[in-house]
Amino acid sequence: MKTVLEVENLGKHFGGITAVDGVSFQVREGEILGIIGPNGCGKSTLFNCVLGQLQPSQGEVRLDGRVVTGMRPCDLNRLGVSRTFQLLQVFPQLTVRENLILAGQEHQGSMTRRLFGRRDAGLTEAAERMIAFFKLGHLAGEKAGGLSYGQQKLLDAAMAFMAGPRLVLLDEPAGGVNLTMLALLKERLQAINAEQGATFVVIEHNMDFVMSLCTRVLVLAEGRVLAEGTPDEVRANPKVIEAYLGH
Amino acid sequence: MTGRTKTMLAALALAAGIAALVLVPLLLNRYGLYILSMWAIMSIAAIGLNLTLGYAGQVSLAQGAFVGIGAYAAAIITTQGWPLVAALVVAVALCFVIGWLLGYPALRVQHHYLAFVTLAFSTLAYLVFRNEEWLTKGIYGITGVPRPTLFGWPLAAPLRFYYFCLAALGIVFAGAWWLVRSPWGRAFMALRENPMRAMSLGVDTRRYTLMAFAIGSSLGGVAGVLYAPLVEFIDPTPFTLGLSLNLLMMVIVGGSGFLFGPLLGALISVLLPEWLRFSEGLYLIVYALFVMILLAWSPTGILGIVDRYLARRRARAASAARSAAMPEALP
Ligand SMILES: Nc1ncnc2c1ncn2[C@@H]1O[C@H](COP(=O)(O)OP(=O)(O)OP(=O)(O)O)[C@@H](O)[C@H]1O
Ligand SMILES: [Mg+2]
Repeated sequence: MKTVLEVENLGKHFGGITAVDGVSFQVREGEILGIIGPNGCGKSTLFNCVLGQLQPSQGEVRLDGRVVTGMRPCDLNRLGVSRTFQLLQVFPQLTVRENLILAGQEHQGSMTRRLFGRRDAGLTEAAERMIAFFKLGHLAGEKAGGLSYGQQKLLDAAMAFMAGPRLVLLDEPAGGVNLTMLALLKERLQAINAEQGATFVVIEHNMDFVMSLCTRVLVLAEGRVLAEGTPDEVRANPKVIEAYLGH
Repeated sequence: MTGRTKTMLAALALAAGIAALVLVPLLLNRYGLYILSMWAIMSIAAIGLNLTLGYAGQVSLAQGAFVGIGAYAAAIITTQGWPLVAALVVAVALCFVIGWLLGYPALRVQHHYLAFVTLAFSTLAYLVFRNEEWLTKGIYGITGVPRPTLFGWPLAAPLRFYYFCLAALGIVFAGAWWLVRSPWGRAFMALRENPMRAMSLGVDTRRYTLMAFAIGSSLGGVAGVLYAPLVEFIDPTPFTLGLSLNLLMMVIVGGSGFLFGPLLGALISVLLPEWLRFSEGLYLIVYALFVMILLAWSPTGILGIVDRYLARRRARAASAARSAAMPEALP
């Protein structure tokens, strides 16, 4: 299987704190890779370094073999890599529909064309499809800030999919989402993975969610890779049980 | 109310407003026309600042400086015998470029730090107006700024010049409306609400920030180009930090991030001193009190109050429709 993303010896220090300490892993095309680990072990920081929100202190990130370390998030996004953040990130004053159109608009034409050319060609339809897909139909015209937490979380995920990305990194998509919505979210992610061949990396604390969704799991502890393998292998690994699962 | 009747009502209100702006001045004297022309000009500058601040969320205390740059460009160029259009082109280009450059600090600092940077620029511009006598005639100012002619039609009479300013305001307003509804407008709002998320969705926040500054500033320049022939004499005094603060007030009081906000804010700022003239020195105190009470009550200005009222009514209508649709679901 082709490797989409390669992370090599990545590190990040904040003053004296070493948040990520020489992490290496690969993401293969079409897989759903889970990342788990205790609070504060550096999962979110790892995402931020991979995606250009933070400059890594050391190491390299490659996308399809091309070095993209420190590339600006917007440029990386236009190469087909999208993400969600751990804390909810929608645009509260824009409607659900506008949030989604915004998430797709920068992938069309040049900046000049977006001003003077045909506006939002096909984007409104794409947004409607995404709204139907995530079952947000009755909320399309509402301001995103007025939605419930779980609904905003779904919208947040939907925005990450608007531009038809090849690689999606999700930071705790299930956090604070109720069981019904969680089942919906999992089903949607699996559908997008199967139908569009999108590759996923998912940080999550919800073990049932991770173990049933992911094809492979990476375990972090104190900024390092502790273990890596299929969900079953990871669950049976004594080091993982001691550091994370067993408490 | 259906969407159709609402659109009809909005169109009717707009038509009534335009009719008032066209007809009422027929009854006004010279001074009244001067005040209304000033309102139109300040509205243009405030619309520019509203794009930068209200939509793109970038604080600027330099809009008054751009009005000054536009005014000096107009005064210098038209007193040399060139037409006002030439001054307009120069002023817009100049303010666009300087605004673009002023946007660079915004890529590194935000909020009150950005306010300080733009404040420093404002002071710098004032010093240039006052000290570079070879260009600006310093404190003596430039006298005899002519009013323009439009296709051979002189606009010197107060009423004609007012209509000229009003037409300019109409064009600028339509342009702002068009911009705000474009993908750029959406990107500006995304920049205001959550730049990090916007960036992760492919929005080139750097270019949009610079554009927001450049466009907003060039509208300040447009206002200046109209200001010079209105007052017919340009010296540095109107372009101190006070003007920038005043424009900021107009945007915030009217409702930043609302298209009509700057028009309303400018109206209050221009008319209030006239209404409170009897109170002599108390004017500033009354204005300050008004602004403080308004902002404590509604940080999004006057139109923010209207917007919240409409939203509440919509929500109530929606919940009424829901309970009417399923009466048996109620206990
Ligand atoms: N901007 C920052 N400045 C200083 N320290 C930081 C910063 N961001 C993260 N850290 C530190 O880096 C470490 C890793 O944090 P990170 O958010 O990556 O953990 P996490 O694995 O995502 O945790 P959680 O599961 O709670 O989300 C923590 O010790 C945290 O305090
Ligand atoms: Mg985290």
